[in-house]
Amino acid sequence: MVLGKKRKKEEVEIPSSSLADIVFLLLIFFLVTTSIDTEKGLDLVLPPPGHTEIKIPKKNLANMLVNAQGQVLLDGKEINVRDIARIIKERIAENDKLVISLKTDEETDYQTYVKVLDQLKKAGAKKISLAEPEK
Amino acid sequence: MKFQKKSKTKTAIPTASMPDIIFMLLIFFMVATVIRQYSGLKVQLPEATKIQKVPGSKRHIVTIWADRNHQVVVDDIKISRLSNLRSIMYQKLVNDPQLQVALKIDKNNKMGFVNEIHQELRKANTLKVHYFAVPGGEF
Repeated sequence: MVLGKKRKKEEVEIPSSSLADIVFLLLIFFLVTTSIDTEKGLDLVLPPPGHTEIKIPKKNLANMLVNAQGQVLLDGKEINVRDIARIIKERIAENDKLVISLKTDEETDYQTYVKVLDQLKKAGAKKISLAEPEK
Repeated sequence: MKFQKKSKTKTAIPTASMPDIIFMLLIFFMVATVIRQYSGLKVQLPEATKIQKVPGSKRHIVTIWADRNHQVVVDDIKISRLSNLRSIMYQKLVNDPQLQVALKIDKNNKMGFVNEIHQELRKANTLKVHYFAVPGGEF
């Protein structure tokens, strides 16, 4: 018994001429939706939770205080914001274990804080510790 | 004086490989695209010079907006009370241990408020923060 006739051997092909157009469309879609943002920032690692105090030898510590008026006090001496990078750089060159303890006032402007942090980054300071603002 | 005529050669840009090039571009943009994006709050970012890109993929970044009216938004969640921030951040950290925090804080804010955010982030154990800033401020 013969089941059915033998089919003609037809060549089956997926039309690929429009493939390029489809891909083009997809490309345009992704081009439009992608936003290569140029947003950048200053990174910092916050101190871990809790009140674990780490003893740092006094010679490895630089106390930096920023008050509400934007004045900076480094180890008891008032310094200009634009001099921070230079002074800290010198201090780090003398002692590479230097930890900068940054303390701000409640009323200090965020812009001032970022400015000081920027200066510390410029000096290449890696060890920056945040202290709670004075109440 | 006669100049020799230039031979007429047909000049055509080969287009046979064009789909391949487009495919490459397509794949690049598909990989680079992060679909989810949040509008956040309107903030005036502070200025800084030593800013750098956040290392790693954008997928691990959680953005916190804080404007001058002390409104706080995390990605797309509005925080009504600042003390709710810690549970939200902790949940996000559990879902993604490689989490990094992008802080977009208005430059007119005071450090007292910024420090409250710090404390919440510390309690949530999300310690890697980036203070977003715009280039400039060189004096």
